[in-house]
Amino acid sequence: MTLYFTKDHEWVSVDGTSGTVGITDYAQGQLGDVVFVEVPAAGTTVTKGTAAAVVESVKAASDVYSPVSGAVTGANAALEAEPALVNTDPEGRGWFFTLTLSAPDELDGLMDEAAYKTFVASL
Amino acid sequence: MGNGRWPSCPTPDPSPEGEGSKKEETMTYTGNRGLMLEEPLLFEKGAPDRCGVDLPDVPAVASRLGGLDRHRPIGLPGMSEPDVVRHFTRLSRQNYAIDMGIFPLGSCTMKHNPRLNEKMARLPGFADIHPLQPEATVQGALALIDQLAHWLTTLTNMPAVAMSPKAGAHGELCGMLAIRAAHDARGDARKVVLVPESAHGTNPATAAFCGYAVENIPADARGRVDLAAMRARLGPDVAAVMITNPNTCGLFEPDMIAICDAVHAAGAFVYCDGANFNAIVGRVRPGDLGIDAMHINLHKTFSTPHGGGGPGSGPVVFSAALAPFAPLPFVRKVGERFELVEEAQALASNDHDLSFGRMVAFHGQMGMFVRALSYMLSHGADGLRQVAEDAVLNANYVLRSLEDVFTAPFAASGPCMHEALFSDDFLEGTGLTTLDLAKALIDEGFHPMTMYFPLVVHGAMLVEPTETESKASLDQLIGALRSVATRMLAEPAEAFKTSPHLAPRRRLDETAAARRPVLTWREPEELAAAE
Repeated sequence: MTLYFTKDHEWVSVDGTSGTVGITDYAQGQLGDVVFVEVPAAGTTVTKGTAAAVVESVKAASDVYSPVSGAVTGANAALEAEPALVNTDPEGRGWFFTLTLSAPDELDGLMDEAAYKTFVASL
Repeated sequence: MGNGRWPSCPTPDPSPEGEGSKKEETMTYTGNRGLMLEEPLLFEKGAPDRCGVDLPDVPAVASRLGGLDRHRPIGLPGMSEPDVVRHFTRLSRQNYAIDMGIFPLGSCTMKHNPRLNEKMARLPGFADIHPLQPEATVQGALALIDQLAHWLTTLTNMPAVAMSPKAGAHGELCGMLAIRAAHDARGDARKVVLVPESAHGTNPATAAFCGYAVENIPADARGRVDLAAMRARLGPDVAAVMITNPNTCGLFEPDMIAICDAVHAAGAFVYCDGANFNAIVGRVRPGDLGIDAMHINLHKTFSTPHGGGGPGSGPVVFSAALAPFAPLPFVRKVGERFELVEEAQALASNDHDLSFGRMVAFHGQMGMFVRALSYMLSHGADGLRQVAEDAVLNANYVLRSLEDVFTAPFAASGPCMHEALFSDDFLEGTGLTTLDLAKALIDEGFHPMTMYFPLVVHGAMLVEPTETESKASLDQLIGALRSVATRMLAEPAEAFKTSPHLAPRRRLDETAAARRPVLTWREPEELAAAE
């Protein structure tokens, strides 16, 4: 299981060609209290860098971009009843969706945890 | 919070130097605070045995409803006439409106609605007519629409205008449908619309609604469209660029002509969100910049009431390239008579058979047309120019009066247009945010400014003072903003996290309101049973 991060503050945890996607703790802190999450349905094809989910907070509604391309295999149904999970456990129970990576070499362009921490510190 | 309905009433500390955070909680018997009166909902207030009218008993008639008769009470509150009058009068006193004070929100009704407009709109010849009346009996109304259209095309230097769109976003839809029709007419199925970060939030929504894929163009360090990034993205798949000018950072896009040239060279069209036309009316004609379609919010630039006070109206002006695709109906002068052209086929010359169709049942917001034309005629061309100049002058006065306390991210790039934009960077380390400042401003007796938009600025605060306000009025707002900001930096944060303290309600739980909205009133026992 390896964690990767994007400059748009999404994370993807990868195990072989299976990935789990969510937004980072920094992202949830910037958004404030999350009130609604729209996740893609299983079977949807997502493309790296394009909008795959929507997260709405008391401040704003924002697109969540998929860090990698692939086919969505599952979505976190718990977010519908409890969007606060994105605030309380963004990199755990607040995950958005799982997918099967179609182009695993896209991971080369993402940051590891140390690089992402440095990136956030520079903001 | 007592029984949960009446709020507790804090006593403000009389001395600003005193222990501001130690607020004594007191409560009156009624829940009223002096003459600021509490008011329950009609459903809580009403009683079944009370009534405002004396109705005769229902005569016994045989039901013909086939068993569908209702037997349960319909649950309307019983009220006497004074109950009803007092209820709505009390609520109106708790409202904040442009007629009470400055409204720095910068959208919809944010400036004065002149009373002359209202007088004109109530003239029986405009107020008491019906859209289905014979054309011969509404010549004056059609002449007014034609004259307003003439002002709009003249002020924008655009050859055509669609008067029917009902508000800004409806106008965007109108413009984008015309653009799509123009591409369709030449068999060019383009799929992408480019929207700069500095555009209004409705722009990408409109493009998506029209079936386009939306791509963002970043803003540069000056808060303007990144021209190089835009040029790099333009190509044969791009149908249009939707750009807001002046943009949502309150800044003029100086590269507009270059942008339009580049977009046209790529075979695409330029849609301009003209919501902020009030900053440039009489000074800049969008047609001269190369814009193909732009909506004009009559309820913003031309002072018609909106935002709780009346319907919007968003006529769309078109370039010669898009004019044939404009919607129906429109008013045309034939000899000395005016007619409403309802069908493209009815035209002798077939220059409108490419029209994308009809957006609304009739011709648009007649009452708003009367008000907008009254505003134009009472100001005159020179007056409209001064409207833009004063709006820009006032915004710059706010910007320069506060940039030493607030963070003004784009102030170094020169004057702003009609809006002064600040970020919450100056609050870093205090634990306080834009929201806290906005709530504290309520205690000062002002409606807060736009918050957290545009997104390109952290904790954005966007102040649109408009040309309506005098220097004295602006000085009051500036003084309040400066005082709140200075206190937030100097005093313990706790008091600000719970502001407002003096409003009819304390800090509301916005998160709970969004997560668990209660949208209809229900009997308390019914509500308890549901939970």
